Formats: sequence, C-alpha cells, structure tokens
Amino acid sequence: MSQITRRDFIKASAASVAAGGLIGVPHIAKAAGSAGKVVVVGGGAGGAIAAKYIRMMDSSIEVTLIEKNPDYHTCFLSNEVLSGERTLDSIRFTYEGLKGHGVKVVQAEATGIDADKKVVKTSAGDFPYDRAVVSPGVSLKYDTIEGYDEAAAEKVPHAWKAGSQTAILRKQLEEMKDGGLVVIAAPPNPFRCPPGPYERASQIAHYLKNNKPKSKILIMDAKGKFSKQGLFTQGWKDLYGYGTDNSIIEWRPVSEEGKATGVNAATRTLISGELDTETKADVLNVIPAQTAGKIAFAAGLTDDSGWCPVNKKTFESTLVGDVHVIGDASIATKMPKSGYSANSQGKVCATAVVAALQGKDMITPSYVNTCYSIVGEDYGISVAAVYRLSEDGKTIAGVKGAGGLTPTTATAAARKREVTYAYSWFKNITHDMFG
Amino acid sequence: MPHKTIGTALLLAGGLVLSSTSAFAADPTMLGNTCAGCHGTNGSSVGPATPSIAGLTEDTIVEAMKAYKSGERPSTIMGRIAKGYTDEEFKAMGQFFSKQKMVIYPQSTDAAKAKKGAKLHDKYCEKCHEDGGTVDDEGTSILAGQWMPYLTFSMEDFNAGTREMPKKMKRKLEKMLDKEGQAGLDSLINFYGSQAK
Ligand SMILES: Cc1cc2nc3c(=O)[nH]c(=O)nc-3n(C[C@H](O)[C@H](O)[C@H](O)COP(=O)(O)OP(=O)(O)OC[C@H]3O[C@@H](n4cnc5c(N)ncnc54)[C@H](O)[C@@H]3O)c2cc1C
Ligand code: HEC
Ligand code: HEC
Repeated sequence: MSQITRRDFIKASAASVAAGGLIGVPHIAKAAGSAGKVVVVGGGAGGAIAAKYIRMMDSSIEVTLIEKNPDYHTCFLSNEVLSGERTLDSIRFTYEGLKGHGVKVVQAEATGIDADKKVVKTSAGDFPYDRAVVSPGVSLKYDTIEGYDEAAAEKVPHAWKAGSQTAILRKQLEEMKDGGLVVIAAPPNPFRCPPGPYERASQIAHYLKNNKPKSKILIMDAKGKFSKQGLFTQGWKDLYGYGTDNSIIEWRPVSEEGKATGVNAATRTLISGELDTETKADVLNVIPAQTAGKIAFAAGLTDDSGWCPVNKKTFESTLVGDVHVIGDASIATKMPKSGYSANSQGKVCATAVVAALQGKDMITPSYVNTCYSIVGEDYGISVAAVYRLSEDGKTIAGVKGAGGLTPTTATAAARKREVTYAYSWFKNITHDMFG
Repeated sequence: MPHKTIGTALLLAGGLVLSSTSAFAADPTMLGNTCAGCHGTNGSSVGPATPSIAGLTEDTIVEAMKAYKSGERPSTIMGRIAKGYTDEEFKAMGQFFSKQKMVIYPQSTDAAKAKKGAKLHDKYCEKCHEDGGTVDDEGTSILAGQWMPYLTFSMEDFNAGTREMPKKMKRKLEKMLDKEGQAGLDSLINFYGSQAK
C-alpha cells in the first residue's frame, strides 16, 4: 500500500520537476521512507550482481531474489572440471553471502510477470515490485536437433548449464577407453560464451593428452569461424599437434557437414550437414542453439529474434515497462553473452533501477567484457573490450583502438601469467557475485 | 564535434549546467564498478594474483593507467583496457579507488623469510615504501598485503627492463641483490605478503 502511494508521489514530483525545472526530487523521495521494492529473477552472473549492487547503492530498497536452484554452479571454469583440473564443488556457490547484504532469497521458479499488477508470479506465490530485473540466462533449443531433448541429454550431455550436466560429461570422459572419439557439436550464433566450445575442446584435449593419448576430439561446428580462432589454433598447434596427422583436435566447419541436425542418443551418433553425415562417438557433447530463458517468453519480454530488446542505457525492456533484462537473455548489441558482460550489465542496471526509484536521472553508463580461456598447461589467452553507449543510444559499442585479443606474439611467460590472472578473475567475479 | 560545442553553449546559456554535468561527466562509481570482476569488489582482490587497487592514491591510478595506455608499462591485459578511456575517466577511477580501503586477504608465507624480509625492507626500501610498504606515498603503490605473484611479476618486469624502475630504487635494489641475491627478493616479497594490517 505505502509503496503505491510513494510511487505516485515520485511520479507527481517528477512531473513538477519537468514543469518547473526543479532539482532535488531525490531528497523528497527518500524522506518518504523505503525507496521501493525490487524483484530479481535468476541468481546467476547478472541477477546476483544486480541484487547485491542495488542493496550496496541504497540499502533502503527491498530486494527479493527468485532463484529456482538452491545453489549455483558457474559455467565459467566448468571446462576445467571436464579435464579434471578442478572439482565440481569448486564451481559451486550458495546464496548465503547475498543474504548477508540484506537480499531476500526465495527458492522458487518464476512463471510469469503481471505487468499491470506489477507482480512476479512464482511457484511460491506472487511478489509485488516497483521494478523487476530478469536475468534467466539461456534456454536450449532442443527442437533444432532431431532426437534431442532433456531425457537424451542424460546420455548425450550439453553441459552448457553447469552442475549435473558437467558431472555426466566428466564421468563419460573418465570412462572412455583410450583411442576413443569425443565429438563436440558447437552451436550457431548467437549463443552463451562464444569461446566456450573451443576452450572445452582444449581442456578435454589436455586431459586426453595426459591420460588417453590415442584419443581424438572432433568439433562439428554449425559456423564457418569462431571466437579467438587464431589464438586457439595457435594454442592447439603448440600443445596438441593441430594441423598434423596426429592432432588430438580436428575442426569441421559448416561447409564440411559440421552443422548438427540430429542425434541418436542410444548409439551416441551425431547426424550433421546436408548429406546427413553420421558420426559415431564414444562421448558425444551436443550444444544446441540457444534462445532467452523460458521466463522471458512467458513474461512477454522477447521479440521475434527470441531475445529481449532493452534500452541500452538502463536495460529496461522496450516491451514491458519497469522490467529490466540483463545477461545472456538481453540484446546488448556488441557485448557477447558472457559472465563478465552479465556482471557489467548488472551494475549498469542496478544504477538505473536505483536512480529510477530515487527519482534521479540515469548517469552515463560504462561497460566492460573480458573472457579468459585456458588452452592448456600454463597457456592462457584472453579477449577484452571497453564499451560505450553510442550517441543515438542504440548500440553498446566497443571503444575503437581498445580491447582485443592477447597478441599472438605473447611470450610463454605472459601466457603463463594469464592463467593465474584467469584464476584470479574467477575468484574475484564469483566473490563479487556471492561474497 | 562542432555539434557538441554548440550544445554545451546552449545549455550554459539556459542555466541547465548542473543537470548536464551530472548526466555526462565520468562517474567514479560507475567506472570503478567495471573493474571489480578482475580487481575485486571495490578494488580489493581475493587473489591469487590480480593486484588490489583499493586505497591507491588518485595520482597512482592515473599514472598507472596512462602508462598502460601508452604501452610504457608492460601488461598482459591492462594496456588493452586502459586504451578504452580518457584522462578524465582515469581521474574519476582514481577518485573512486583512493576512497576505498584495501581489504587484505591472508596469503601463505614463509615466516623465516618474512622475518628476514622485514629487515631487508627497513634497510633498502622503507625510505620510499614507508611504514612497511603500507602507504602509497609519491606513487610507490601499496606493497604490504599485495598479492605475492603480482609483486613477483612487477619485480620481473623491473629487472628485465621492460618496466622502468625509479633510478634510486634501482640503485637500492642492486645493492640488495649484490648482497643477498634472489633469495633476498624472495624474502622481501614474503614480508609484504605476510602483512595483514
Ligand atoms: C562452458 C562455459 C564456459 C563459460 N566460461 C565463461 C568465462 O570464462 N567467462 C565468462 O565471462 N563467461 C563464461 N561463460 C558464460 C556465462 O556462464 C554466462 O554468459 C553467464 O552465466 C550469463 O549470466 P546470466 O545471468 O544471463 O545467466 P546465468 O548465470 O545462467 O543465471 C541464470 C539464473 O537464473 C535462474 N533461473 C532461470 N530461469 C528461472 C526462473 N524461471 N525462475 C527462477 N530462476 C530462474 C537459473 O537457475 C540461473 O541460476 C561460460 C559459459 C559456458 C557454458
Ligand atoms: C580483465 C581483468 C582486468 C580488468 C577488467 C581490469 N584490470 Fe587492472 N589489472 C589487471 C591485471 C591482470 C593487472 C596486472 C597487469 C597486467 O598484466 O595487465 C592489473 C593492474 C592494474 C593496476 C596496477 C596496480 C598497481 O599496483 O600498480 C591498476 C592501477 C589497474 N589495474 C587499474 C584498473 C582499473 C581502474 C580498471 C577498471 C577500469 C581495471 N584495472 C580493470 C586486470 C584487470
Ligand atoms: C627511491 C625510492 C624507492 C626505493 C628506495 C624503493 N622503491 Fe620500489 N618503487 C618506488 C616507486 C616510485 C615505485 C612506482 C614505480 C612506477 O610505478 O613507475 C615503486 C614500485 C615498486 C614495486 C611495484 C609495485 C606495483 O604495484 O607494481 C615494487 C614491487 C617495489 N617498488 C619494490 C621495492 C623494493 C623491494 C625495494 C627495496 C629493495 C624498493 N622498492 C625500493 C620507489 C622506491
């Protein structure tokens, strides 16, 4: 009740500002008590950050986080779980830290948003909001690959959401005989973590090289090129004999029947390309095409592309007012779908939400993305970018002359440093989310 | 560009300066928050290698960013990042991090080495890295509680000549190395890593 009254009050004040040119609404709005209610859907790379930073910026705002799982497994560094370099437990995080910041954490599944009543509908009831933030990640388009579905993924894992899927794939790799064939079907653009499938191939190659050296990896790709391709190729040459007859890794682009079209889970056979080429694998990892998380569709936040259009300055949905979308699900133009992007967007969005609730103008946003990949022992590479909002407000554009890749001429010592910096990145970004 | 100038002039004439600066100026918190994914929340890194930057002075941050941007200071990634910003933004970042207090997380150190390092520090380094390296005075950065791998990398770069070392520091360091060798440096780094204050 008091919420609504206060909001109307802010609206009225805002109108009077527009008319009279007064500054100083925030003061008046704050004097009215709690600055409002925010409901965040999804406690991952984007949502955990938005929830925590809203509280850090204004602790009078009530923040409720709706997350369907009791804990969170990061996709980041999950490829090291596949190679046995780290445990599954080392990528698991709980929500206790967020509770410490005064975030109310509710374990429930969000099923929809009633934008008129301003409530998030969940399996644990309705949660009213002044502003909602939605960061549900991706959903997998199983139906783009014949014979593939959630049940088949128990035998033919995607491992594109970390947790039990990661454990299944690791177990299969451990059980595979030396001389086996691992097939990774890489998805079409756009998808979560563009370098991910290739880092995965690298990590699995690292494991095979040391444990099952007669084995091979075949990447069947729906694309003709991929992220950090030059650097990965160089790394594969340096470490895994890429390009020679003895290469552990082979890559088949779309032009060579690379695009997965079907799966026979029982026999672990991949069907691909225009000729329905069949490839029988010992371990089959199929990463299907992706689209925004299911709740984004239910809440009317997606457009024809299957992703969520947003105001690039505030991440407010252009389709549903007072609801913001961040992370993989959002259309953030030049920013890739990565954990660092989601983190950066979460903070820009938190700033916008707090400004809106305080009746202030949103300030100039600033965004960063970085993505480290560990190609093998002491072999780290990275891509970085600094972004600004374009003048027309339509694009989050990389600053020209900045960012880019680890130089191909980097010394072995520098690549080794990048591994320790990649681990630091992991520790700091997860601490930023959950600490 | 001319477009912008006219816009500003009009705003000035209209007396709307206040709202225009607040909307367009580089905001310290907005910029500082983008660094946290690597440097830790509010600039205190939980390690194991990326340095904490909380509590450095505004000048230290600005000078470091400029040196990364120009390539004068070697880096694995900071050069690529620093190229994305203006001097005004460096200042704003400096303002943000200079106001944060560095949180020191424990590192495993060798107590005997740390003890030896404390003595070497007093003899060779304290003059500039005051109070046991806890203060960032005259652009020296904070050494106490900094992540040891990072300090090791910094010393490697200094010694390789890829990062320019202050002349007087070079002299002191050479003296120390003459007498104590690499083990001396190792002790110093253990000393800095062992400080929890
Ligand atoms: C193998 C792999 C490696 C990767 N490596 C990196 C890397 O090195 N660096 C990097 O920056 N990025 C990396 N990524 C990408 C990164 O994981 C994602 O981009 C990031 O997690 C996106 O954040 P998000 O908030 O959009 O979604 P998520 O982090 O997936 O969070 C979504 C959360 O919402 C919850 N949820 C969804 N729907 C509902 C609902 N209806 N109700 C309640 N809760 C719901 C989910 O349970 C989940 O916890 C990697 C990804 C993969 C697959
Ligand atoms: C991708 C990770 C990453 C991001 C993002 C990042 N840094 Fe860094 N930073 C590093 C690393 C790694 C180093 C060590 C130098 C190197 O190898 O690049 C460093 C070094 C520094 C140093 C030197 C510290 C000292 O003690 O001299 C400063 C200052 C700094 N960064 C500031 C910033 C600021 C400000 C931002 C945000 C605008 C930022 N960094 C963003 C990774 C990052
Ligand atoms: C004459 C003053 C002076 C003395 C003496 C001195 N230093 Fe320094 N030190 C500096 C300055 C100034 C910088 C910053 C240089 C720069 O960034 O360009 C610095 C930087 C450093 C750094 C890099 C910090 C970082 O964040 O990258 C380390 C490590 C260091 N000093 C260690 C030492 C040790 C060990 C000694 C003693 C053997 C020592 N210094 C003696 C002035 C001194």
